[in-house]
Amino acid sequence: MEKKFDFREMQAREDRFVPGHRMCAGCGGPIAVRNVLKALHPGDKAVIGNATGCLEVSSFTYPYTSYTDSYIHTAFENAGSTMSGVETAYKALKKKGKITDEYKFITFGGDGGTYDIGLQSLSGAMERGHDMVYVCYDNGAYMNTGIQRSSATPMYADTTTTPVGSQSNGKPQTRKDLAAVMAAHNIPYVAQTTFIGNMKDLYDKSEKAIYTSGPAFLNIMAPCPRGWRYDAPEIIDICKLAVETCYWPLFEVIDGKWILNYKPEKKLPLEEFLKTQGRFKHLFKPGNEYLIEAFQAEVDRRWDELLVRCGEK
Amino acid sequence: MAKKERMSGNEAVAYGIKQVNPDVMPAFPITPSTEIPQFVSTMIANGEIDTEFIPVESEHSSMSAAMGSEAAGARTLTATSSAGLAFMWEVLYVAASSRLPICMTVVNRALTGPLNINADHSDSMGARDSGWLQIYAETNQEVYDNFLQAYRIAEHPDVRLPIMICQDGFITSHAVQNITLWDDEPIKQFVGEYNPEHYLLKHNEPMAVGPYAVSNYCMEAKRAQAEGMIKAKQVILDVAKEFEEVTGQKYGLFEAYDLEDADYVMVAIGSICGGIKDAIDELREQGMKVGLLKIRVYRPFPAQEIADALRNCKAVAILDRAEGYSTQGGPLGADVRAALCKYKVYAENVNILYGLSGRDTKVEELVEVYHQLEQLANGENPFDEYPYLGLRG
Amino acid sequence: MALQAKDINEQTKWQDLTEGLQIYEPATSRLFETGEWRTQRPVVDYDKCIHCLLCVPYCPDSCITVKDNKKNGLDYDHCKGCGICAAACPFGAITMVEGN
Repeated sequence: MEKKFDFREMQAREDRFVPGHRMCAGCGGPIAVRNVLKALHPGDKAVIGNATGCLEVSSFTYPYTSYTDSYIHTAFENAGSTMSGVETAYKALKKKGKITDEYKFITFGGDGGTYDIGLQSLSGAMERGHDMVYVCYDNGAYMNTGIQRSSATPMYADTTTTPVGSQSNGKPQTRKDLAAVMAAHNIPYVAQTTFIGNMKDLYDKSEKAIYTSGPAFLNIMAPCPRGWRYDAPEIIDICKLAVETCYWPLFEVIDGKWILNYKPEKKLPLEEFLKTQGRFKHLFKPGNEYLIEAFQAEVDRRWDELLVRCGEK
Repeated sequence: MAKKERMSGNEAVAYGIKQVNPDVMPAFPITPSTEIPQFVSTMIANGEIDTEFIPVESEHSSMSAAMGSEAAGARTLTATSSAGLAFMWEVLYVAASSRLPICMTVVNRALTGPLNINADHSDSMGARDSGWLQIYAETNQEVYDNFLQAYRIAEHPDVRLPIMICQDGFITSHAVQNITLWDDEPIKQFVGEYNPEHYLLKHNEPMAVGPYAVSNYCMEAKRAQAEGMIKAKQVILDVAKEFEEVTGQKYGLFEAYDLEDADYVMVAIGSICGGIKDAIDELREQGMKVGLLKIRVYRPFPAQEIADALRNCKAVAILDRAEGYSTQGGPLGADVRAALCKYKVYAENVNILYGLSGRDTKVEELVEVYHQLEQLANGENPFDEYPYLGLRG
Repeated sequence: MALQAKDINEQTKWQDLTEGLQIYEPATSRLFETGEWRTQRPVVDYDKCIHCLLCVPYCPDSCITVKDNKKNGLDYDHCKGCGICAAACPFGAITMVEGN
């Protein structure tokens, strides 16, 4: 039987990602990390992994680690395979009686390290069935190097490698649906979430991911105030609008079964989400209405597809 | 009781793996090292070892998983060749700087350009500056013995660096030679258990590995890493001494073959040394004082010992099985010449490229090189401006 | 014995750094006070705060501490002054004030 969600108990838990990290003020990344790690049951041990990126250079800047648990970073494109090695060592040492503690294995990567350069390593780790969670904190661009487009960048976003100009409307391509790609690996648990309300959705999914035996993948939209160009406190509204416009649907895939976690009563027009961010400012210039229409059509198409997958349509 | 057998270099390494029984082995197949993970998988399937094998999707992930495993506290092994080693490039440096004593058995094969599967040293030579220890072998016996000593060296508290155990592709890895296999029990005792002081899964001691280091720490970290490499030389000799006590086999930083009184010397690495020894035997019968310095330990580079060993010779040919494209020869040439210069050894010298991408080198060609060295010492340089042995044109 | 993070600084000699720059203790970043970055500070009006704790998970710097089911205060040593907590509060109990 599913345990009743206790928000206050969650907040009373010790943080396993502590302050003193050097992520920008208002960054969504650490909100994702600390809340995922709060889903670990108090007393349970974990090894945390990390791809190179904002999080890595900010949360283990020698000699300062922000993790209360053991932590490993090796490079940008290999967080999946590095953690698969840790998890296998755990099995080997356990088998030989060299260790007795129980461990969970959780690794974090940004969308650059996950959707793009680290996709092969992630795919391999998931396919091989390691008992680990890969968490992508998706801020939709290579933020650590200065806001270059990734395959997670939404269409028309203004980035430093898809700059808006007289001949350009920003990124020409649509974003990769990585959660679906991961679901196609037929792993036991895949979910997509972001920061909504009392974070119940994020806590539930994190707990399921961590305590599901076998590989699990979490995709968490984690806005970047610098790259998306909004004032830090607006993060709460932006996440809400991403969900209410169906730009960022909340769903999970458990043993191949797609489940929609939230269906807005009235789906808001996409522009409500777009207008909150400077990266989409050009879409609101007179004459560019067709771009918003095209973007809306893409969001609608994907939402409809998701409804069908989830048996809602 | 040791037993006499006949086997290939890859089989010999696999036999060593069976005796060492490492905790974890991630690996990806690539010719000519593919047999090693195959043998390991078979031994696991038959319950002969309890190693955990990770069938990774690439060599990059192979080295990445090896780092995770080693950091977690497991004795870790991988194997590769050529392009596979090149694909690991970035993470080789990370493994060394993180002080993770992984062992990698390298079966040397040409790097692509053009695609070729045969022996040369361009793969591991390219990794010579990655911070890994490198030990090379002439024969299957040597690669077996080197492997058995690998973890003792790499895991030593004074060293704590990853190690490559190299053998020549096909020539050593696939050709069947006589070998003496050591008994399991003394070898197990010699290798010992792996009990690192710090590891990710250590009870009640969280550990963080792989920081971002600003310039104010990074340079000091590199110097500290170099200290491991410096101290490795003595550790290699100490481990070899202990190995000799167990097996009777003697190993040093290099092998000196008829070197003591030699006027004309070749410095070389790997299987070519068998041919060089044949050439030496032939020329010695004719009264020519020729010798060989066979490099066993290439990283750390035993510069002073090499210079001292060459101090009394008249001319040296340094044989490289990897192009450096510096227009000055290959990597071994650069290192040996630097050693001669630093330690004020003024023998004439030439750096010759041979055996690239599996080109055979004949004993007659090596005999001819010794004659050319004699001419060189006598003031007439018979060598091409850019010497390639056995090249058409 | 390896040095502890508190004893490692930019004057530490190479011989004394931890091997491979590994760290053998948890949560050492607490020693690094990011509160210096702040240009505005959150101030809690405890007359308005009902200790719903909704602000707590939204702080990127884990600076809102909880004790006995209640908000226990703000960690000004580390708070970067981003203002998300003020936006998260449904009761207007947190306001951002200019200055560190």
